[in-house]
Amino acid sequence: MKLLALQRRMARAVMTPLTPSEHMRSVAPNGGSMRAVASEIIKPNDRLTSFERLEIYNRQYWFRILSGFAEDFPGLRSVLGGNKFDRIAKAYLADCPSQSFTLRNLGARLEGWLRKNPQWAGTRLQLALDMVRLEWADIEAFDGAAEPPLKPEDLADANPAKLRLRLQPYIQLLDLHYPVDDLLLEVRKVEEDTDFASNAFSERHHRKRVSAVARLKTEPIFLAVHRMDDSVYFRRLEAEEFAILRGLRSGKPLNSAVESALRKSSIPAEERPAHVQHCFQTWAALGWFCRIDQDDSQGNSAAEVSSRGARASRNERPSKSNSAAL
Amino acid sequence: MPANRFNNFTDYGIGIGLRATHYNHILTRKPVVDWFEIISENFMIDGGRPLGILDQILEQYKVVQHGVSMYFGSAERPNREHLRRLKALVKRTNTPWLSDHLCWGSVDGRYTHDLLPMPYTFEAARITAQKVREVRDYLEVPVAVENVSSYAEFHVSEMTEWDFLNEVVERADCGILLDVNNIYVSSKNHNFDPLTYVNSVPAERVAQIHIAGHSKYRKYILDTHDHPVIDPVWKLYSRAIERIGHTATLLEWDDSIPSFDEVHDEALKANRFLASASLATAV
Repeated sequence: MKLLALQRRMARAVMTPLTPSEHMRSVAPNGGSMRAVASEIIKPNDRLTSFERLEIYNRQYWFRILSGFAEDFPGLRSVLGGNKFDRIAKAYLADCPSQSFTLRNLGARLEGWLRKNPQWAGTRLQLALDMVRLEWADIEAFDGAAEPPLKPEDLADANPAKLRLRLQPYIQLLDLHYPVDDLLLEVRKVEEDTDFASNAFSERHHRKRVSAVARLKTEPIFLAVHRMDDSVYFRRLEAEEFAILRGLRSGKPLNSAVESALRKSSIPAEERPAHVQHCFQTWAALGWFCRIDQDDSQGNSAAEVSSRGARASRNERPSKSNSAAL
Repeated sequence: MPANRFNNFTDYGIGIGLRATHYNHILTRKPVVDWFEIISENFMIDGGRPLGILDQILEQYKVVQHGVSMYFGSAERPNREHLRRLKALVKRTNTPWLSDHLCWGSVDGRYTHDLLPMPYTFEAARITAQKVREVRDYLEVPVAVENVSSYAEFHVSEMTEWDFLNEVVERADCGILLDVNNIYVSSKNHNFDPLTYVNSVPAERVAQIHIAGHSKYRKYILDTHDHPVIDPVWKLYSRAIERIGHTATLLEWDDSIPSFDEVHDEALKANRFLASASLATAV
């Protein structure tokens, strides 16, 4: 058997979902016998059959990716509960196996998959989607690219009608139906606490978390998931702020982004200049804008830089609440 | 012997893996460590804390890159995005050599994130060696391939694992990262004499050695990197050092990671074997 054919056959077997008791299935993906597949490619030894040897890899594969997935989406687990989360994880990973050299990207297609397969989230679909978007944004913000921040002197000769400010690539802008930021922070806090706590303590917090999810009511929020001093923060935004930032990210010139964002605003006209000025001061202080060269400041568009990369250990990525931001 | 073209003529001592759980200890206490091995994929990113930490480590320590997903033995071509990011990291760390595993783990663009064993065939050796050459030429840094622990053997194999290793490194003209724990684990799982393996490795190509702990189950042994090194593995290490000479050595401890000092102390046990190798060379 040629190398490619062998690798295809083995990978297919290894990536076949396990039985409910976490063993290798007896039926192969092609409907035939998994024992026959194993016997055809793998030698038995004096202790293990071909099937048992293949099963070691099959179990390792699922344990590894399920563990990585659970590490990345503790909020989704909280929203759906353990059993439903486990079912979603297995279904998603069976449909969308990793296409990246890094496990960091395991959840990259989860939002799209969940929209196409809403039955897995049941009545909590929107809440689940919001949480997935937030947890993925958190991953992106954690290790996305950062460019040198804008300095006041960069804008000295800028023409606001043509100026295109670029947001830092790591910033993620989210419009959500539920206040899942608070919930995720609570989930993280419980995770940290249980590192040092007794089972009883953990159980009490688990119940508290479940009831927090049950109480969660629809409340549209706008969020910037950003990074400061290498920590990720969730910062709530007003609708107008969100619209301005989204306009800038889409490449609109400064004036145009502000005007279209304030068109339907309830902020009194006379207060708008001061409001906008305050927003920009805050965002600039947070380092949210990238430095622009002279051409950009005169109005030439600049391409957005996508923020992608590998993930590091989960415990390096603690997100913080708004309070720590300016 | 220790400094050779496969480790860029360096003479590193005993290192340990750089792990997040030890960051704080390392950056605040600044312990004396010969070198750190990093998992390349953890730093093949665009920004954020991991790169900030790495830059601080690079200011004070020597760092060598070790990868887990190049999959030299996969039949498909190298992933261009992977190579591009890896090259950027090589420039950042200035790693004197770079290692990854003699295994496969992806097919048709799908990744298992596991170190799957090779069929020991001449076709596989040819494909693997070609890929090692391609990666090395692109990265412009010496490459060493590491033997993996395995739990399965293929009917199609035409040679032993050590013959396969030799075939690949000769064809690719690359180095070896000799993992003596992996040799031990595989020897138990496949009933061969681990000393035969150690004695068959071309000593002049060994760029680095790995030592580690493992977990024993009723019918097989798993390479778990969550225990101290056991005596039989130290004996293999001793024999390897006897043949190869004073070689850059790294302790892997990736799960249930104890304190920095405990990991470092375990690694430093290698000193007693390295010292005798140095003595033998002097005599």
